[in-house]
Amino acid sequence: MQSEGDARADGPILRVDETSLAFGGLKALRNVTLKVESGSITALVGPNGAGKTSLFNAISGFYRPQTGRVFFEGRDITGLSAPARAKIGLARTFQNIALFRGLTVLDNIKLGRHAHLRTSLVEALFYYGRPRREEMELRAEIEQRIIDFLEIDHIRHAPVGALPYGLQKRVELARALAMKPRLLMLDEPVAGMNREETEDMARFVLDVREEWGVTILMVEHDMRLVMDISDHVVVLNFGEIIARGLPADVQRNEEVAKAYLGSGEIGSEVREAVAEIAAL
Amino acid sequence: MSPAILDFVEFSLAGLCVGALYALTGIGFVVVYKATRIINFAIGEFMMMGAYFFFGLAAQAALPNWAAIVLALIAAGTVGGFLERFIFRRLIGESAISVFMVTIGLASIMVGLVEIAWTADPRSLPTFLPDQPFFVPLGSAEAFLASKNGWSFIIVAAIMAAFITVFRFWRGGIALRATAADQAAAYSVGINVPGVFSFAWILGAITAAAAGILVGSISGISSAMGAIGLSVIVVVIVGGLDSLLGALVGGLLIGWLEAMASLYIGGEYKQVATFVILLLVLVVKPYGLFGTHDIERL
Repeated sequence: MQSEGDARADGPILRVDETSLAFGGLKALRNVTLKVESGSITALVGPNGAGKTSLFNAISGFYRPQTGRVFFEGRDITGLSAPARAKIGLARTFQNIALFRGLTVLDNIKLGRHAHLRTSLVEALFYYGRPRREEMELRAEIEQRIIDFLEIDHIRHAPVGALPYGLQKRVELARALAMKPRLLMLDEPVAGMNREETEDMARFVLDVREEWGVTILMVEHDMRLVMDISDHVVVLNFGEIIARGLPADVQRNEEVAKAYLGSGEIGSEVREAVAEIAAL
Repeated sequence: MSPAILDFVEFSLAGLCVGALYALTGIGFVVVYKATRIINFAIGEFMMMGAYFFFGLAAQAALPNWAAIVLALIAAGTVGGFLERFIFRRLIGESAISVFMVTIGLASIMVGLVEIAWTADPRSLPTFLPDQPFFVPLGSAEAFLASKNGWSFIIVAAIMAAFITVFRFWRGGIALRATAADQAAAYSVGINVPGVFSFAWILGAITAAAAGILVGSISGISSAMGAIGLSVIVVVIVGGLDSLLGALVGGLLIGWLEAMASLYIGGEYKQVATFVILLLVLVVKPYGLFGTHDIERL
């Protein structure tokens, strides 16, 4: 992670080229082209049903778009399966938390490293040599870096199913970090969180970029968070990108306001809402 | 030592040995269910298939017993993997009932194929277990335990121990548990989910085949031996469909209860006892003794 990271500090880490995705007659993505600069925090915003999660799924390999290509670190990964993409450094979290219920926090996090371990069945049975070394290294890194960093030391042996929502989100982030990601995709990292939890998460996201050197692409509805921490904002509506740029520029974009508020007669409530967004 | 107590102990021992075989077959069921959520109603026929493979290789092809066992298990695993790849993987996303019906059809097809290949006549398997019976000291008397039963129990115990070790320490075991818990999450951390499905079917088929060879060596084989599958289904429902421990405890429990029923009520009623237990468990603990409660959304 140390020296490799510098070699490709420039240029987009992820490129999505002219990607379209339809489910029957429903066009979820129309000709979407997108770049995520290495080292950036890029936010993907848009009204409900705009195609944000579809785009996420297309990038992480869960959906197969009908047209278009995806490049990761310059490599065409269009044909790779989701597990293969995870292996080369694309980690993600889910809008509706996807944790392994029934397993403990520590086991959940360790599973993030699953794809990187080389131990074979026979070696594991004897638990000597490589498996032992791998397990020790994994433990040390997870304990020292990830668990401490995300401040979840006190719950490491708790079953994840019983944890409050905010903590589950944090465990999901921890598992994604254990995957040694180079691009971390967060699907609504603060959805359903209160202000304090949101601020904690914002701090973690910023620190992940600073300390791990991980590029971040996130879908988020919390506009204040998006404006505060992202470098680049991309706005989707009806499967199309309608605006992109610096947070402040996007905020002033009329088409974006229309997408969020509807294009009809602007009533007093809507005007208030616009004023609120502008005030942020 | 009164004969009544001696009877009780001997029947109990024999029952637990049969129960161990139920447990082993139950594990073959649970592994598949855990990973894929498929209810494999053909589990008894998977046992039968393994037993006939062994019969064909040992009695007809005259291979040494150890080689016939290894080859029969490999053949059963191949069939399991093949069925997953070409039938069950295509049914992903179909309703649970449709897939269940497919396994029922599969059971009939397997019986038919065995009858075509080996006819429906009962046969006995070559003996490969020592024939020295066990005598368990019991006060002044000794309880008798047939050799095949005793050895089956020992072999099953060894296989179980291996299973537990593997699932505890090997990351493939963890991958299986993770896939069972959340497929999308498993995909996202780089677990090869279709690979896990194949693995589960191969392992399930091998486990059932091993049980089939042991059952066949105790009581002979016939194309109808898959009926044991009914008791096994009861075992896994009692134990909890997705619990390895449940299959173990449920197997021993049902095996023992059937032995008790045949001792005190009569052999022809032992299935009645089994299904009474099934009814009781379904009423009192619908997820089985050790099963995961599915409705747990907060």
